Amino acid sequence: MAAPQPTPYRMPAEEANNIIKKITATDVHAWFGDNHVLKSITMDIPAKQVTAIIGPSGCGKSTFIRCVNRMHELIPNARISGSITLDGENVYRPGVDPVLLRRRVGMVFQKPNPFPSMSIRDNVLAGLKLTRRYARADAADTVENALRQAALWDEVKDKLDEPGTSLSGGQQQRLCIARTLAVAPEVVLMDEPCSALDPIATARIEDLLHVLRKDYTIVIVTHNLQQATRVSQRTAFFLTGDLVEYSDTDSLFTSPQDQRTEDYITGKFG
Amino acid sequence: MSAPSKPPLLATPTDLTAKRSGILVERAFIWICRFAVILPLFLLLVLIGDVVIEGLGRINTDFLTGLPSRRAEQAGIWPALVGSLYLMVLTAVLALPLGVGAAVYLEEYGRRSRLAGIIEVAIANLAGVPSVIYGLLGLGLFVRFFAFGNSLIAGAATLALLVLPIVIMSSREALRTVPDSLREAAFGLGATRWQMIRRVVLPMSLPGILTGAILAISRAIGETAPLIVIGAVVYITFLPDGIDSEFTALPIQIYNWVSRPQEEFLTNAAAGIVVLMLTLLLLNSVAIYLRHRHQKRQ
Ligand SMILES: Nc1ncnc2c1ncn2[C@@H]1O[C@H](COP(=O)(O)OP(=O)(O)OP(=O)(O)O)[C@@H](O)[C@H]1O
Ligand SMILES: [Mg+2]
Repeated sequence: MAAPQPTPYRMPAEEANNIIKKITATDVHAWFGDNHVLKSITMDIPAKQVTAIIGPSGCGKSTFIRCVNRMHELIPNARISGSITLDGENVYRPGVDPVLLRRRVGMVFQKPNPFPSMSIRDNVLAGLKLTRRYARADAADTVENALRQAALWDEVKDKLDEPGTSLSGGQQQRLCIARTLAVAPEVVLMDEPCSALDPIATARIEDLLHVLRKDYTIVIVTHNLQQATRVSQRTAFFLTGDLVEYSDTDSLFTSPQDQRTEDYITGKFG
Repeated sequence: MSAPSKPPLLATPTDLTAKRSGILVERAFIWICRFAVILPLFLLLVLIGDVVIEGLGRINTDFLTGLPSRRAEQAGIWPALVGSLYLMVLTAVLALPLGVGAAVYLEEYGRRSRLAGIIEVAIANLAGVPSVIYGLLGLGLFVRFFAFGNSLIAGAATLALLVLPIVIMSSREALRTVPDSLREAAFGLGATRWQMIRRVVLPMSLPGILTGAILAISRAIGETAPLIVIGAVVYITFLPDGIDSEFTALPIQIYNWVSRPQEEFLTNAAAGIVVLMLTLLLLNSVAIYLRHRHQKRQ
């Protein structure tokens, strides 16, 4: 199979004009040592929508979203070039503090990772306590709001003092979502948030995404193509570090423009 | 190429009760391993039993609270016991902040630097240096250069140097048990590296760090050679009254009694050994308890 030379996908101008761009990646390259894992990614992520990123394992999905909140650079020998803007401001400009950036761009990880030494309540407050922005007076409200947003409140309201790790995997993941929402980010990056969960827990998180979309800009990496069609308005298809195709979810899945996208979504590889 | 009459090596066994080939070697090996455990344990028990039988009868409040004396039956261990306790506390105060700090630097800040690699090799080597060498270092550095003299602080500083590699290595071990996913979670919430260490990594690794620290300290209070080299006094009839005071310690007192010709002093030495062992046992039980609690929480 002679793969055609990949050309970075560019959104048609008229389509790009009538949405608010929350995040704009321009010519982003990323490396692990000599391993060039992202090649000239250029894409706009619209505000208050769910953008899904799909693609076979190892194609750079996680790396891309970790570039957005500057977690990529925490890995030894990892490098990045190009620019990513948040509300028009380049987050890689010298002087930008990645710590402050991450308070605006939250992240939910593939494996639920509540802090084992903290209670459910403290897990929700962890972001505030860690960063010393914690006011005891508002704590109860913050906890309740975040847990309600994460659709977990009813299940845990009577055991807020139990350890976060005493919950089931699906509940732990919603606890991690609550923890992320409690620091009031504008963008929530989710790296395969449902891959460790059963279908019921997955359905709850998907429902949640529809609600959260009203207040947050969400980027979700997923291996589950049905999930992408269910939760997202836009979908990007990555393949070996290239952005092959990026458009609104319906057209990407019903009439893919690129042969490789079609092969992937029809299950020919990946 | 095997002869056609030979059955194939992996023939399906038909008789399930038949002796496997190699079973003898396997059994012999198991017995060698058992013997390797039993022999040292047995020798240790004989040794401890011997000391306990000889020394236990000598232990009473007079012995524990008495001052040294030229007459064996009046001699007590109080200054040595107090000296050892002071040494323990001072050594901990010096070695723990340094050791834990170094471990945090190496694990959390210096993971990607070449300097950290060099330091790591140096620490591993330092852990293997004989304790008498640390004694010489302490003599040159603390007793002479810093002019601390034969004081408690000189002794504690020397012992602190001696156990520093152990504290560093066990603390790093404890820090490594904290999964990276939790570090990432903290970063993802907008924590600085220090906030992440202070509120996520250290609380989780504290029991492990404490266990290592206690084991290191119990190593320190059993040490004799470095204290002799820096000139801990073998015969004092007063208690140390400050960190610049002269001192003695349990191992020194035991060493002193053992080297006397009279039989009664050997009994004193045995009793001293029992006291030292009980102190160590106490410390190690605390360590085991902490580790147990830690494991239960995971
Ligand atoms: N910590 C790391 N160190 C070195 N190389 C890495 C590291 N993480 C990822 N890579 C490499 O970067 C490439 C992209 O990885 P990435 O995790 O972004 O893929 P992914 O699309 O998220 O895959 P998956 O669907 O399996 O999660 C892979 O080839 C991987 O080998
Ligand atoms: Mg991934």
